[in-house]
Amino acid sequence: MTTTAPDTRGCEAVFDAALAADERIEPRDWMPDAYRATLVRQMAQHAHSEIIGMQPEANWITRAPSLRRKAILMAKVQDEAGHGLYLYSAAETLGTGRDELLDKLHSGRQKYSSIFNYPTLTWADVGAIGWLVDGAAITNQVPLCRCSYGPYARAMVRICKEESFHQRQGYELLLTLSRGTEAQHAMAQDAVNRWWWPSLMMFGPPDDESAHSAQSMAWKIKRHSNDELRRRFVDICVPQAESLGLTLPDPDLRWNEESGHHDFGPIDWDEFHEVLRGNGPCNDQRIGQRRRAHEEGAWVREAAAAHARKHGGTAREAQV
Amino acid sequence: MTSADWPLWEVFVRSRRGLSHTHAGSLHAPDAAMALRNARDLYTRRSEGVSIWVVPSAEITASSPDEKDPFFAPAADKPYRHPTFYDIPEGVRHL
Amino acid sequence: MTTTPQGAPSASAPEATAPQSGSAVPVGAALALGDDALVLSHRLGEWAGHAPVLEEEVALANIALDLLGQARVLLSLVGDEDELAYLREERAFRNVQLVEQPNGDFAHTIARQLYFSTYQELLYGRLAAGDGPFAPLARKAVKEVAYHRDHAEQWTLRLGDGTEESHRRMQTALTALWRCTGELFEPVDGLGLDTAALHEGWLALVSRTVEQAGLTLPTGPRSDGWSAGAGRQGIHTEPFGRMLAEMQHLHRSHPGASW
Repeated sequence: MTTTAPDTRGCEAVFDAALAADERIEPRDWMPDAYRATLVRQMAQHAHSEIIGMQPEANWITRAPSLRRKAILMAKVQDEAGHGLYLYSAAETLGTGRDELLDKLHSGRQKYSSIFNYPTLTWADVGAIGWLVDGAAITNQVPLCRCSYGPYARAMVRICKEESFHQRQGYELLLTLSRGTEAQHAMAQDAVNRWWWPSLMMFGPPDDESAHSAQSMAWKIKRHSNDELRRRFVDICVPQAESLGLTLPDPDLRWNEESGHHDFGPIDWDEFHEVLRGNGPCNDQRIGQRRRAHEEGAWVREAAAAHARKHGGTAREAQV
Repeated sequence: MTSADWPLWEVFVRSRRGLSHTHAGSLHAPDAAMALRNARDLYTRRSEGVSIWVVPSAEITASSPDEKDPFFAPAADKPYRHPTFYDIPEGVRHL
Repeated sequence: MTTTPQGAPSASAPEATAPQSGSAVPVGAALALGDDALVLSHRLGEWAGHAPVLEEEVALANIALDLLGQARVLLSLVGDEDELAYLREERAFRNVQLVEQPNGDFAHTIARQLYFSTYQELLYGRLAAGDGPFAPLARKAVKEVAYHRDHAEQWTLRLGDGTEESHRRMQTALTALWRCTGELFEPVDGLGLDTAALHEGWLALVSRTVEQAGLTLPTGPRSDGWSAGAGRQGIHTEPFGRMLAEMQHLHRSHPGASW
């Protein structure tokens, strides 16, 4: 896929100029190997997160307490599969096939967002995921619509458009619970208590510890720093929690007149790193289910490929 | 990798009559019939389309970025192909 | 849309939720069609996160969502959709046993889809042509269901004529579910359908696909006695009870709550 140009320096100048002019880099353009590797890693991780992220919510499809909620939840989980597909598709423009990426996910060589290693214990968790987890994801993703790599930016535009309902349905779900019976209100508060801190961790380690941040910002893959986005998210959530009639589980959370932002308590980065290392409550379960689905589906994929070969279809051996 | 790998297809969607098909993304499918169906399910979930094309990605011939200049530059110095090249006296309409 | 059922879950029989007065909707028929769609949608929803390939996650969810939409319209014709879905006991459900069959492997799910969507398309086609109370829904749903049948046929062909293993699995699935198909053609009060003609059309379509896939149409009994032919009378299978328990438990744990 990579076209090795005779004069790399000239290419690099063209690449740098494109970035400087805020132009998009397209798949067949020359790009530094590290830029390509960073993008593949990030898009893959993003795609994996969508796919693994289906599980905690799918956990409640069969128990959704009204048919309206059931339809919403099914549509949302389906969207996540779709978003995973858009992102794998974007990653494939750089010449890395989906099978290879899935293989890396299944063998633990590529990561997905740690948030999905927490369990959904009650129905309210579906709401908390929509409000907080999707909210954090959107805060992260909206700037990615302007990411320097064209296919990634375009996938994100589509995803952000489709995702606008995800956060709202979560908020509405929580609001209904919060204003419902005592038991429902307690359920909502409990879910917010459990999901708040992991949601803040979704923005990644603090800026001074973030391994890839500076380079990604220079390449315009990333547009804002982790801490900046985290702070923006907290500022957005505080009044929303108030309207919900729920509290955020942080005694240090208060408005800071001077900075014009909310101060918040220390994040437990030990927990973050533990979950990242594979020791979260659901790491094994999530990967286990993903691997099982893939393995149990092998005969189906093989059958369709075999059928296509027999009938002159276009399933060629490993043509990805 | 294995015989179970499905090839990649590029998907083009016509969002409504009167517009041309636009590239929407790609997907995997064992054959053209399934590619069309998968494209319908994936890229028109919110009724974004009235017509779909699928093309095996491997069948697409693209201009190489190296050819950028000889390929596209000549078009840039033919301003007379664009309507704004011509001065028209004020008040002349329907032109 | 959100329901606010009052008091304890008491609506255990369909008769308990009377249709609006003056409505010409036959309750039993609405429940039969609505429960078919509701239960099959639920089963398909169980695939979420487990499908053999990501593209199929999206396809199965599309079908499940279509069916759930149909179920909501149908149930709402004769009562509160949530009361009917969540507060009826197992014996009050009127779906055929075919749709409640556990997913099994992908071949079983496809066989169930082939048998059911072919039936549903023919059924809705007939209802759409009439001017009865189900005609408006049927006119919209028949297009959805035609796509479901196409999906099932495409996969039947690929699994039947794919690998040795897929052929074996698909044949096993067709045979295993065959006994549940007789019930589809028992008359449903209020639909006024020529079930013999429905059956004939169904058999022709299913046989064509099965033969094209290099598979054999099963020959065993199709509704011998009550075991596989009484879903419409509220006689269901053991797995159905557990399915309902899972589906209803949260709603029932909070009597009177809104969601």
